[in-house]
Amino acid sequence: MVEAGNVQAIEFTVNGERREATVASRQLLVHFLRDSLGMKGTHIGCDTGSCGACSVIVDGRLVKSCMMLAPQADGCEIETIEGIAKDGELTAVQRAFHEEHGLQCGYCTPGLVMAATFLLRRNPQPSEDEIRRAVRGNICRCTGYVNIIRSIERAARNGAEEAA
Amino acid sequence: MSTTPADTAVEIGRSIGVSVPRREDRRLLQGQGEFADDVWMHRQGYAHFVRSPHAHARIVSVDTRRALALDGVYAALTGEEVKELCESPFFQIAPEPAAKIAEYPLAVDKVRYHGDAVAVVLAETRELARDAAGLVDVEYELLPVVVDGVAAAEADAPLLHEQVGTNVAWHGVFDWGDVDWALENADHVVEIDHLHFHRFSSTPLECNAAVVHWDPGTDTVQVKSNNQMPMFASMVIGPTLGVASNRLLFASQDIGGAFGNKIGSYPQIAALALLSRKAGRPAKWTEYRTEHMLSCGHGNERTFLDTRVAVMKDGTILGFKTRAFDDAGAYLHYEPLGAVIWSQVSCGCYRLKHLHVDYTETLTNKCPTIPNRGYSRLQHLWLIERIIDIVAHELGFDPVELRKRNYVQPDDYPYETPNGCVYDSGDLPRSLDIALELIDHDKWRARQRELGRGSGKRIGIGIGSTLDSGTNNFGQARIINPELPFSGNGEAAYVKLDLYGEVNVNLGTTPQGQSHETTAAQVVGDVLGMGPEQVHVTAGFNQQQNTYVAFSGTYASQFAVTGLGAAKGAAEKLRAEIIEVAAFALEADAEDIELADGMCSVRGDQERAIPFIGVANLIYANNAALPTELRERISLNCRHVYVPPFEVPDPDKKRGNLTLTYASQIHACVVEIDEDTGHVEILEYAAVDDCGKRINPRIVEGQVHGATALGIGAALYESFEYDGDGQLQQASFYDYHAITALDAPDIKTADIESPSPFTPNGAKGMGEGGGAPLHAICSAIQDALGDQDAIVSDSHNPWERVWWLVHSGERGEPRGVRVSAQAAASAEGES
Ligand code: FES
Ligand code: FES
Repeated sequence: MVEAGNVQAIEFTVNGERREATVASRQLLVHFLRDSLGMKGTHIGCDTGSCGACSVIVDGRLVKSCMMLAPQADGCEIETIEGIAKDGELTAVQRAFHEEHGLQCGYCTPGLVMAATFLLRRNPQPSEDEIRRAVRGNICRCTGYVNIIRSIERAARNGAEEAA
Repeated sequence: MSTTPADTAVEIGRSIGVSVPRREDRRLLQGQGEFADDVWMHRQGYAHFVRSPHAHARIVSVDTRRALALDGVYAALTGEEVKELCESPFFQIAPEPAAKIAEYPLAVDKVRYHGDAVAVVLAETRELARDAAGLVDVEYELLPVVVDGVAAAEADAPLLHEQVGTNVAWHGVFDWGDVDWALENADHVVEIDHLHFHRFSSTPLECNAAVVHWDPGTDTVQVKSNNQMPMFASMVIGPTLGVASNRLLFASQDIGGAFGNKIGSYPQIAALALLSRKAGRPAKWTEYRTEHMLSCGHGNERTFLDTRVAVMKDGTILGFKTRAFDDAGAYLHYEPLGAVIWSQVSCGCYRLKHLHVDYTETLTNKCPTIPNRGYSRLQHLWLIERIIDIVAHELGFDPVELRKRNYVQPDDYPYETPNGCVYDSGDLPRSLDIALELIDHDKWRARQRELGRGSGKRIGIGIGSTLDSGTNNFGQARIINPELPFSGNGEAAYVKLDLYGEVNVNLGTTPQGQSHETTAAQVVGDVLGMGPEQVHVTAGFNQQQNTYVAFSGTYASQFAVTGLGAAKGAAEKLRAEIIEVAAFALEADAEDIELADGMCSVRGDQERAIPFIGVANLIYANNAALPTELRERISLNCRHVYVPPFEVPDPDKKRGNLTLTYASQIHACVVEIDEDTGHVEILEYAAVDDCGKRINPRIVEGQVHGATALGIGAALYESFEYDGDGQLQQASFYDYHAITALDAPDIKTADIESPSPFTPNGAKGMGEGGGAPLHAICSAIQDALGDQDAIVSDSHNPWERVWWLVHSGERGEPRGVRVSAQAAASAEGES
């Protein structure tokens, strides 16, 4: 049943920008990002937290934003796909996906870019097995994962070169 | 560091065949794509469908009052009301009696599968719409259920559509050559009791979605959706809604995968149109994943009974006879076209001459089927590959040698199949050799022998030989129903020179990851003498601005032929117009004008030149400077329709050229089976693709990877199963195990290029892949089984089934196969 009055005021940071909003208590974070903030780069592929299309980074941790309620974002720092490239300059991860043809329809891509970004922040030189484990929660129906794995391997190399 | 990754250096005019980087990536990598759920309209409401929890029931009543009483609920529709509002039910492809099926956008009187839509509500928010849908009271009276595609054909089975009088949606006998002669004269006859190809689908990551606005001001219906075959949708729902096709306006930009499945969203789109008109606002619907699994459409499930195969001593297979039952689910969506589409590959990769298929398509209390990657051909190719491996296993042939002996040979092309299809080109034996080399076949064969019994492990080597037939001749629909006014195929494109000399391309297609913006820019750039990066291809499809024919859309492995054929033809027309204007401006002969890098110059005199902007200026803004004849004839807006050279097939003999091109994919793999658990591990996997001239090799390879992983997923993990009450058991990604990065093997690829003699670029359509991994994995499991074990008779082999198979021999389970007595005698005589 609808509890019309059940709303909450929250304060949060999204891609470095401080924001305030009033959200319905039951609203999913992913719907809040997409419907309320108009940030449509974060996608939805399931109802069960199984696909990773909605992946964002909250307080430095990779989160499936369909598994979190909007009110839980109160006081949090959220990073979404829209904030990854700075001033239109693609990051090492994004460039690697382009160079290795790591995307086809592109629907899973924002989630995978977030997952790969998160992985490489913690583990800049992951093994293939570590990469596969890191993206096992991200379903892609187009690429067979082959070029996704290659993209993340390349991103690690790109990143290492940039850091050098 | 540049913001755009460096483009591969491409020689001007020669980008075909080069893996130029994708044009689509930049927006998609930054979350700037526009997918169907990203489209919002002013004043829109959110729609939510009420779906049946029962597989078969009479609808006693639907009461929307409690839903409508909620604040913020705009409107609701029930089946009964929809029936009143529609001019007619959806038209049926099927002939009588199945033509009597009366399907409306919502279920009327009865629900026929778990997930059938009985009502839809529109409300101010997503959440409210969902709550309101929960308040719609539906009273059902349960009816008996049939979920088995073979049992459904029996006279006493519960009837789905009473007015049809049978659950048989289509029946026909395909008989080519003389199979009875072949079975009588064969040295061996191998009899296979039962083969079952299971239900699954590609489950695109983006579910269906649409915003539909019935605009009272213009009396147009705007449909922003991710439907992948909008012209088909338009032809089906236009007459039902009573809306002329020029006022039913489809548009889409990015589509998050479709694989055929998104042909099937037209009933929902029709319901949304009526809901929008009733509420006086746009109706936005985003399918939930569970809803998608229940009702979007599943791939065809097919059972083959009493298959009999005629084999000669030397291994030559003469042909086979079988009874096929295809389970189409509760309504016919695009069906029964599947009942003929398999015959594009009637003899698979082999020189089989005598074929007899008694084909029945039935209606059951399950989700309707919808084309799914490899549509209808993969089931048949799987049958043929099972036949090859079972024959090898039973008669002691080497599966590699048996294939090579029976393959269509390189010098047989163009090869006419028993039903009049023409295989255009290829080299199957070489493809197989390459695949075997990639998996290190000889090493694993030796390892398999060493391993022996008692190790708890078994090694199996498998092969999947497939054809990816592309560019349909829609005339094959007449084999299903001779009354249908369909034949041929085609695709349209616009190429224009714009005001300041920019080149722009509009396609009739609805790409879902196939990189049409990139490859169309390559083809057009090559014709106009410019780099692909200088050509702009409009993203997506828009009925009001793009051009199209009734076949437009993206499906059935055809863009490289039809879509790029249209783009090439339109670019050639534009090239001729540019040259004519330039020749006038430069006072030169048209034959002497060369195009390079956006300039038109006179051969041998680079000083005499005019840029594209100058040509555009003369036509768009300075036409008094041109002779009347020229300015009236030339527009710099060129349309071309590519039409393949087809004739109407013969419905009586069920013969004709049904597809233009035949790409091949030969897969090989090595698996290890754990005897204790039935766990199958893929140790090696290779795919060798031959799709003729490749426009962009890396994009082709990406398609091969994708088709391979989906096939492996289907072979080992993914299945839609119903219990006896017709409840779907896998209605989410929790229960439906879509293959993940941990399950998918590394895939080795290689290619050969046998150009098609029949197409504009020598290219062949590809991408669907023919389900090769299903064949290859079944083949590998078969290879690991002993003589006393049951044969691999199901396309889905999860752990428990594999465990059962490897222990079936010791438990004395029936094997499901026989070599006929007379043939066994002759086999003994030989040894
Ligand atoms: S939408 Fe969040 S995991 Fe699928
Ligand atoms: S690229 Fe389409 S789902 Fe991954």
